[in-house]
Formats: sequence, C-alpha cells, structure tokens
Amino acid sequence: MTDTPSLFPKYAGGLGAGPQSRPFIARHPSVLIFIACLALFTLCVTILSEGFGIGVVSTSFVKTLGKTLCLCMVALAMDLVWGYCGILSLGHMAFFGIGGYAIGMWLMYARTEIIVVQSLAAAPLPPTAGEISQGIATQIFGVVGASEFPPIWAFAHSLPLQLAAIVIVPGLLALVFGWLAFRSRVTGVYLSILTQAMTLALSLYLFQNDSGLRGNNGLSGLQNLPGLGDVPQSTVSIWFLWASALALGLAYLLCAWIVSGKFGSVIRAIRDDEARVRFLGYSVEAYKLTIFTLTAVIAGIAGALYYPQAGIINPAEIAPIASIYLAVWVAIGGRGRLYGAVIGAAFVSLVSTWFTGGQAPDINLGFYTISWVDWWTVLLGFSFVVVTLFAPKGIGGLIDLVPSPNRHGADLGPDAGSLRESEADR
Amino acid sequence: MSPSAHLGRVHMQRLLAFFLCLMLALPAAAQDADAPIQQVMQTHADLIAKASRRTIQTAIDALTASGLPAAQEVMERWQDKEMWQDETTGLFVFVEEIDRDTIRIFDISDGTDLGEVPDDSYKQLKPNSGVRGLIAAGLVKFQLFDDSPAIRRLALDAIARDPEQGHLAALRDVIADEPSPALAAIMTRLERLLTIEFGDDEAEKIAAIAHFDGDLGVDARAALNPLVTTRIEVGEAVPEGPEVLRTLRPGDEALPKTQAYQLLVDADLAPPLIPASEVREALIRNIDGSTVAGVQVASLNTDRARNAAFATLVAEGLAEPAATEEEIDTALAAYQFFEVFIGAPPTVALAAKDVLSGIETKLALNQTADLALDAISLASIYFLAAIGLAITFGVMGVINMAHGEFIMMGAYTGYVVQLFVPDHTLSILLAIPLAFMVTFAAGVAMERLVIRWLYHRPLETLLATFGVSIALQQLAKNIFGTQARPLTAPGWLDGSMVINDVVSISYIRIAIFILALIFLALFLIVMNRTRLGLEVRAVTQNPRMAASMGINPDRINMLTFGFGSGIAGIAGVAIGLYAKVTSEMGSDYIVQSFMTVVVGGVGNIWGTLLGAAMVGSMQKGIEFLNPSNTLAAQTYMILFIILFIQFRPRGIIALKGRAAEA
Amino acid sequence: MSTLLEVSGVSKSFDGFKAINNLSFQIGEPEMRAVIGPNGAGKTTFMDIVTGKTKPDEGTVLFGEKSQSLLKLSESQIAQVGIGRKFQRPTVFEDQSVSDNLMMALKKDRSPWAVLRFRPAREDHAAVARLADEIGLTDQLTRKAGELSHGQKQWLEIGMLLAQDPRLLLVDEPAAGMTPAEREHTTDILVEAAKTRAVVVVEHDMEFVRRLNCKVTVLHEGSVLAEGSLDHVTANERVIEVYLGR
Repeated sequence: MTDTPSLFPKYAGGLGAGPQSRPFIARHPSVLIFIACLALFTLCVTILSEGFGIGVVSTSFVKTLGKTLCLCMVALAMDLVWGYCGILSLGHMAFFGIGGYAIGMWLMYARTEIIVVQSLAAAPLPPTAGEISQGIATQIFGVVGASEFPPIWAFAHSLPLQLAAIVIVPGLLALVFGWLAFRSRVTGVYLSILTQAMTLALSLYLFQNDSGLRGNNGLSGLQNLPGLGDVPQSTVSIWFLWASALALGLAYLLCAWIVSGKFGSVIRAIRDDEARVRFLGYSVEAYKLTIFTLTAVIAGIAGALYYPQAGIINPAEIAPIASIYLAVWVAIGGRGRLYGAVIGAAFVSLVSTWFTGGQAPDINLGFYTISWVDWWTVLLGFSFVVVTLFAPKGIGGLIDLVPSPNRHGADLGPDAGSLRESEADR
Repeated sequence: MSPSAHLGRVHMQRLLAFFLCLMLALPAAAQDADAPIQQVMQTHADLIAKASRRTIQTAIDALTASGLPAAQEVMERWQDKEMWQDETTGLFVFVEEIDRDTIRIFDISDGTDLGEVPDDSYKQLKPNSGVRGLIAAGLVKFQLFDDSPAIRRLALDAIARDPEQGHLAALRDVIADEPSPALAAIMTRLERLLTIEFGDDEAEKIAAIAHFDGDLGVDARAALNPLVTTRIEVGEAVPEGPEVLRTLRPGDEALPKTQAYQLLVDADLAPPLIPASEVREALIRNIDGSTVAGVQVASLNTDRARNAAFATLVAEGLAEPAATEEEIDTALAAYQFFEVFIGAPPTVALAAKDVLSGIETKLALNQTADLALDAISLASIYFLAAIGLAITFGVMGVINMAHGEFIMMGAYTGYVVQLFVPDHTLSILLAIPLAFMVTFAAGVAMERLVIRWLYHRPLETLLATFGVSIALQQLAKNIFGTQARPLTAPGWLDGSMVINDVVSISYIRIAIFILALIFLALFLIVMNRTRLGLEVRAVTQNPRMAASMGINPDRINMLTFGFGSGIAGIAGVAIGLYAKVTSEMGSDYIVQSFMTVVVGGVGNIWGTLLGAAMVGSMQKGIEFLNPSNTLAAQTYMILFIILFIQFRPRGIIALKGRAAEA
Repeated sequence: MSTLLEVSGVSKSFDGFKAINNLSFQIGEPEMRAVIGPNGAGKTTFMDIVTGKTKPDEGTVLFGEKSQSLLKLSESQIAQVGIGRKFQRPTVFEDQSVSDNLMMALKKDRSPWAVLRFRPAREDHAAVARLADEIGLTDQLTRKAGELSHGQKQWLEIGMLLAQDPRLLLVDEPAAGMTPAEREHTTDILVEAAKTRAVVVVEHDMEFVRRLNCKVTVLHEGSVLAEGSLDHVTANERVIEVYLGR
C-alpha cells in the first residue's frame, strides 16, 4: 500500500498521462484553490471584523458567515452521500441538529451551572453537588414543567463526553438506520422517503415536552461560552469563524482524499450501477454504510459548530424541510463535485438570508407590490425546478466551460446512471 | 332553570288575560286571608320570608304536599321573585311592578287583582339561587304530572341533572300512570338511579344496581362509582367485617411507604417526619460565626458533612432528631393498613363493584369498536390522500412530492367556491368536480412542463417536484394568508351517528368513508373496464411495446398524472371538511400518504387500501395506548414503518415476477 | 480437469412460469463451454442463479474443491470466491476512466477500509497496463469509458472480468454488435482466458460458437436438451426441432 510518487515517470507514460503517480494536491488543483480561497476569506473577514480588525463587518454578519461555513460543510457531506454515492438522503440535517443538541446541552448546562453556583454562593451554607444539580435542572427544565435531569443529560456536565457525543450519536444513528435500510436493499426514492421519515420521527419526538430536550423551546443561550462571559461576542464570533473555516477545510481535504482514490471510484460506480459493482465483488451495502455514517459524523460536527453561532436550536431545525433545502443547495451548486456543494450552500443560504431578512428591495408593480419576504420562497422553489431541468450540473457546471485537462468530478448525475440500470432491466 | 322560567312566563300571559277580564268586572276585591294556600304559606311564613337553603325544604315540602292547585303557581312566582309580603299583615301577594314606587298586587289563591298600591309596606321575597334550586326541584313534581309529554320530559331531564331525595317518591308515583312508553322507560331508569343514590334499604339498592349490568350510560357509572369508593385506614389490627376490601402492605403499589407513614402521622400514631430541608435549616439556625456545631461552614458542601454536623447538633440538643429509615419501618410494621368501603354498605358496594366490572368489560369492547371506527375513518382519509400518489408512483414510477400541495389546492378550491356559493350542500357538490378540474389541470401542466423531461430520473423528479411543492405552499400562503380557512360541511353532515354512549361516529367521517369506497370503485372501473385503463396498464407493463401498438405513452402519462392529481384535489375537499384548510395541510398528509403507498406495495390499489388500513389503525392504536401524546404516537408509528420496510421491503402486496426481481 | 461448478436439480419459476426446470450443469477447470438456446430458454436466469442475483426455488449450486454452496452467499461474496460475469449489454462505469475501471476490478482486498487506504502501487499500474494491452485499450487508458465505442466497451468489460482473475467466467453474448475483426479479437481473448479457467459463453451466433471450438450445452425450456460438440448437438433431432428449425 505504498504511495508511488513520481519515481517512475517513464513507466507512467505507458499508462497514458499516469494521473495516479503525481502528488494528491497536484492531481487535484481545485483542492488547493479551494483551501487558498477559504484561507483568504477567513483572513479578510478577520481583518474587516469588529473583534480583530477595522470593524467594517458587523459581528452579526460575521456570525452569518461563520454559520454559512458550517452549512457548506454539511453540504459537503450531502454531496459525498448524494452526488458521489447516489443516496439522496433527506435526513442529514437531522444529524446536523443532533450535533447541535449535543454541544448545546453542554453549553447550556455549564452556563446554568455558573449562574446557579453564583446565586447559591450567597446562601448561608455552601451548596452540595446535589443542590447545584437540582438548581440547574430547575433552571433548564422549568420551562417544560420539570425539575429533574432526564437520563440523556447524564453526560452534559462533561465537555469531552459531549464532544464525543457530537461524533458518536449521529454516527451511531446513521449506522443503525443505514444498516437496516441498506441491508434490505431499500434504494432510490424509497430510501429518500425512509430517511425523510426518520427525520420527521426525530423532530416530532423532540417536539414533545417530555423528550428531555425542552420540547419546542429547544436549547437557547448557546452563544454564551461558559466561563468566558467577559469575552465580547465580537471576539467569540471570530473564534467560531476560524473554527468553522478550519473544520470546513479539513472536511474538504478529507472528502477530496476519499473521492480521489479507489474508494471514490467505487462509490461513484455504486451511484451509477450498483448491481454491477456487486458482481465486481464489492459489498455495496458496506460502502454505502461507510459513506452514510461518515457523512453523518461530518454533519454532526458542522451542526456543533453552527448552533453556538446561531445561539438557539429547536426541533423545527430538524424538520424534514431543512434536509430538503440541503439537497436544494447541493443541486443548485452542482452535485458530484465538492466545490459545487460549497458554492451552492454559500450562495443559496446567503441569498436566502438577504431576501428573507427584508434587505432586498421590494418590487412595486403598480397594482401589487412583490415583497421578497413572501415571494422569495416561491422564486427559490421554481428556480430549483429550472436548475433541475436545464442545469443539472448547477453553478459548479460553469467551471466546465473553462477548458482544463485536470478535471475531476462527474459529468453525469446520479440519475443518469440509474437510467442505464433501469433500461438494462427492461 | 330556564324551562320553569319559561313556563312561568306562559302562565303569566294566560293569567294576565284572565285578570284583564276580571278587572273589568271587579274593580277591587279584598285579599283572601283564609284561602288554603295562604294558610299553608302563613304556617311557614318565617321560613319563607327568611329563606335559606338549609331550612326552606320544609316549606317547599308543605307546599307540594298540600295538593292545592295554586301551589304550583305560587312556587313559580316565588322563584321568579314576583311574590312579595305585606309587612303589616304578613300576607303574601303576587306583584307586578308599575314603576319605582308603585306596585299592582294580586291575590295568591286566585290571582284577583287587588289594585295598585305604593310599595312601601311590601317587601319583595328574593330567594337566593340555592333556594330557587330547591323550589325548582319541588316544581318538578308538578311538572311530572303535567299533561304535555314535552314538559314531563323536561322535568325528567331536570331530575337527571340535579337529583334530589324527594324526586324518588314523585317518580315512583307517576311511573305507573305514564302513558308514553318512551318516557316510562326513562322514568324507570331514573327511578333506579335515584334508588341507588337515595333508596331506603340495601335490598332495594342492590336490586336497582343489578339492573345496570352491562349498561354503558355515563349516568350509570356516575351513580355506581361513588358506591365503591374506598379509603385506606390504619389500625392495630384489621377489623373483621365485610367493609374491609383488602389489607395492604406499606411499599405496595397502592400504598407507598411515605403515604403509609403519613397515614400514621395523621392518626397521631407516629411523630411527623422531619423534611430533608430541616437539616439545612437547623444548620443555618445554629451558625455561629463561621462554624456550625464546631465544623467550618465552608466545609458543609456535601450531604455527608451536613448530616455529621446535624448529628452533632442533635447530640447537643439543638435540633430534633429525624426519624431514621429503621424507625419508620418499625412504626409501619406495628400497624395494619387496610382498605375499606366508605361509599356504601359493603353488600351494596360489592354489588356495585360487580356490576361495574361487568360494565368495564363491555366498555372496553365498545371502546375497541369505537377505536376501530376511528381507525377506519382515518384509514379512508389516508386512502383518499394516497390513492393519487399510488397512481402516479405505481403506474408511472414518478414520486410527486407536490402531491400534498395538490390536496391543499383542492381544499382551497372548495373554500373559494364557498365564498361564491353560500349554500353548503350546493357548494360542496360544485367544489368536488371543480377541485378535480383545477388539480387535474395543475397535474397535467406539471407533467408537461417538468416531469416528462425527467422520466427515468426518479431522484431528480423527486427534487423538482419538491421545488414545485415549496413554491406552491408559499404561493398559497401569499394568496390566502397563514390563518386557517374554513370549509364548512352541509348541515346534514353535522352531528354524529350515536350507537351508544361509547360508540359514535360523525356523519362527516361516514361521508369520507363512502367517498373512499366510491374512489376505490371508480379506480377499479377505470383501470379494468375502460380503454384508458387498458392503455395505462399496457404502458405500465411495457412502454415500448405499447408504443409500437399505437398507444401514445406521452398522452397516457399525461392523463394518468392528471387523474392522480385530480383525485388529490377531491381528497383535499374531503380533508378540508374534516380538518382546517391551511397552506401547510398538504405537508401534514404527504409523509403518511407515502407511508401508505410504501407499506401497501407499489402499483396495486389493494395494496394502497391495505396500507391505509394498516397505517390508520396503527396510528389510532398507538394514540389509544398513549392518548396524551399524539406526537409520540406519530414518532412510534414512523419507527414501526421503518422496521416494517425491513421485513417487507416491497410492501404488503408485492409485485411478483421478473420485474420485481430486477 | 476437476469439476468447478456443479448445478443440480435447480428450478425457478416466476408467477407460475418455469424459467428454469430441474436444470443440471457441470463445468470443469479449465474448460470453455458455450451455452446456446432459443429465447426464453433460461440462459439469463441460469446466470442470475449462479451469480446470486436470483435465488432458485429448489436445487443446489456448488462451487470449488470444497463444494461450497453458493445459495447462501450474496452477489459480492460470490464474486469474491471467483465467479465473474459479463452482462449482455456492456456495463462499464462510463463516468470513469478506463484505468479507473480496470483498477477497480483488480483482484484486491475489497473491504471498505482497505479500499479507503489503497493507493495504487507500481505492480498495480503494471497489471492495469498489461490488461489494457490484452484488450487493446492501451491508448484509451485515460479516456472516460463512456467515450469508448461499443466494441471497446465490451472489451473493457472483459478486461475488468480478467482483472478480477475469476476461476469461472460467465459471458453473456460477448460478440453482439461487433464487427468481424472485433469478434475475432474477442474470440482470442476468451480462448486465451479458457486456458487457465472455466469460461461459460452464452451466445446466439453459431459462427462465433463454432470459432470457440468447445463443448456446447443446449438449453430449452429451462433444462438441458443436449450436450456435446457443436457438430454433435446440431445433429440432434430435437435441437433442430426446437432451435434451428425455427
């Protein structure tokens, strides 16, 4: 399993251009370009920010940008699972939300603990651990009429354990769900519907007051880092921007590394003709499960970085429509290419923020005023249809108009493959 | 009390006419102080003048027992605060107020007009509501003897609402003479209920109880339940006697230890428990500088340290010792706990318990039947919602995520029709074909513009129709607003078909069920008996072969999609009648519709039917087991379906053959 | 020559239609075998059963020296024990380059973790180059498979089969849609492959079968009608009746 760099350039000539023999980055210049753009972007925002720079960019916009980076990261996961492996999962925002809940539990616990300890310090007797825990529970769960910690909060006091939960819970859920679904060879639209059902079930469960996660109140106050009450939000926002950028960069590298190798070949082959891959001796289910779980973990991490910037998480964030929007971003950006997913998520979510935030100028038609707060969703829906019909490669497809010899990425969408398969079966 | 008040008014009108005649003949007449009714009233004058709920019954009983024809009117006028007392003579009169200071008085025995007088020497009797209730109860007895069955019926309703001891005798008097069998049946039932509550001897009660075996009426259970109430008591030994239902052991499910100990405390058999907070408070009370009982305050941050310090305080006599676990257990062990009947004598209570348990069994059966009816009606709604989807999915292999929005579109069509056609029956009859047309057109438009470019690309169809769904939903929001719009059912669909007190089903649900049946029949006829159905089946099975035989698959796909969408529109009207019309109603049903199709098996109408039955009954079943939490019910149902797919990935009715193997 | 695959008493019906009816079939290693038969004779279903795509209603399918039953294995496990299959219509991964296609097919550890860490070594490139040479696609290695001609795709698929290094090769109509020159090349590849392994070729084209010069099995209505050399079976009355007579 040793890598062969350019030791045998002559031999590579026999293979044609020998694309496999050059270093990873050289073979995939888009990765380098992406990382450079990301770094430049982060640097610019930092310089322009209120916390570390000249203050041109407001703290709330820094947060918006930081959140956008997290959305790009989950879009990356979506692209890997859908654009490369052909599994149209309508459940990845559920994993994203679980990641958010996992970190949110610790943030809320730790912050409430500080408040409770402060308030109990004035009491004549020093508080016992039980009293502190009781106080925290009353503070957190008073809103749903409970004063006891539900079992799922067992590890909320420990940052390392909750950090582990960010990875383990989405991963485990994806593993179990994926194992059940792939094992019984649920594919295509059936699988999409099943993942959507999973998301719906999860969000309905969380909406209950006795779910242990504060029902539809969700977790709030997550923007305040426990113990760092003195640090202004302008600084914290930049920290999170850095962390999000770093995570996105690492996720991009990981995804690019995965799809560039033989593993990438196999999953793209699964996307295009899963039966054929089986006859090649690959266990399709194991590969799908690997990708499904891996992307669920990436989504969980992205969620854990997103919600401290958003400040609040509630079950509506996990509703099926969120995952559908995720698919919309990736489709508009161009699936089957990693930068496409990132472009799509960034573009659509920022434009959405602009339109729904009321910043877009309304259009007065004389007899009717088009208010973008109301009409943006309509426009998005129809433009999505148009993209699906006329530009299946999405925005990322524009890059193909620039001629380049070193291009990786798919020309044929996942469905073009299923077309062949279904034809072969007729 | 409104029936009697109404009666009072009727009587008054009659009387007024009568008085008018009298007044012409007799300009003035003396008050008849010796009339029998005035005599009765005078006997209880003090009670009546200072009526209170506790004492007035004697007077009322005297009035009702007098058998005087005037008694009824006296009681009615009294109740309506139209009876005054002459403060000088103490005589009672009926009064009609003329103005602030003048009244017209009438004799209470025969209604003779006694002329207008100043009101200074008269005092109005103002019975309070409690007294008025008793008067009304007394009046019921008169009403029971009334000639009009309607009034007798009202009297029975009044008794049932507010039974009194006195009603029992009255009821028993009239039952035998009641001409109407229906009223007689009600009377008999009421008499038994009253016997259970007010009967004199146990045998009589037990006999009455026995009649309610298997009776599902809420009133029967309401009458029986108080008889079987029990109380947990404590004593040195369990008394011998039939009133003891059972003995209990502290720590049982029915008697937690804390509750048992509290019983001991309440009976003064044990010292009260010192609450946990007492430790803390005792320590705080005894803080001396920075120490408590010689321990640094700052170190008291564990329960163990606190308990140790508290023990020191107890040893120094500064705090009451708390009862330990052992002490509690010893105290509990020293006494016996037992449950006794307190609602009725034991024989009666046992009879009631027996009958109640019989009722419970029957109740459970009937509840199951009711649940089954609920499930069927839910299933028919899911069937209606899913059938269009099953057509497009099963026949064309196209997932239409905008299907829910077509349902919504149909419902809004119904709403708009009702804006123009106020008659509800006519508007619904118009709305159904209109909704079909609107959504048929929308479906055809979508097929032509979007879906036909995406055949064989199922995932992209899914996404594109999602786009349409998002846009349509927001569009509906922009046009109709976010608030729910009503779609009103015709009057003849109001109400429910009541089978008994437990089982009932609203007519609207029956209508939806029938609609579902009609659609099933329609679908079967279209698919099996028409040229279109033949062509659709041909295209489904082998589009290329069908095309080569002169069938235009494009046209068939278009029509199929329109047909499926049109049915969604009609389903929308049906669902709108039973739920509210909102822009989000489609998404409420879409997942369940998909579940129905997937569970049932694609491409088979019977599969859809079975799927709807299964999803509907499962949802109702889970809701029944966990009635407080419909969200959890939906969660569990979805999880169940995910598991179900594991074992039957192709649904209940799977397509067989080579196509399915592929 | 030992028996490699032994199919005995296998039946399979779809909705009452008996696609395979008490079929028994054996092939040794190395051996070349041609399977012919009219449409609906059960040729494709037979291959589906051997490769695990379809589970038979009854019968046994045994493979290798240890007589391992294939019926309990999944498609991918069957492929891993050494059975390769080429479909009737060329199914290569059109979105990927010829070398990627071949690299994927190379006989290597196929578990996800191993594949994730896999980076091609020198000998892997060499193996791909050798295969490309064998199927005549050396110049096309970096092209996407989707850009190849029909015949080239057929060869690529055969190349992928060879890369798997299977002990038993099932080939469904390899020569369909090929020019005479391409057919000749295909024949050569197959004959060469059959020197070291078992090869089952399903073919309609009698000329092609004759050129393979091997034992022939005639299927009809889901069971074996005749077996022997091509001349032998073509002389068989019943074969002429059901097949050639049409």
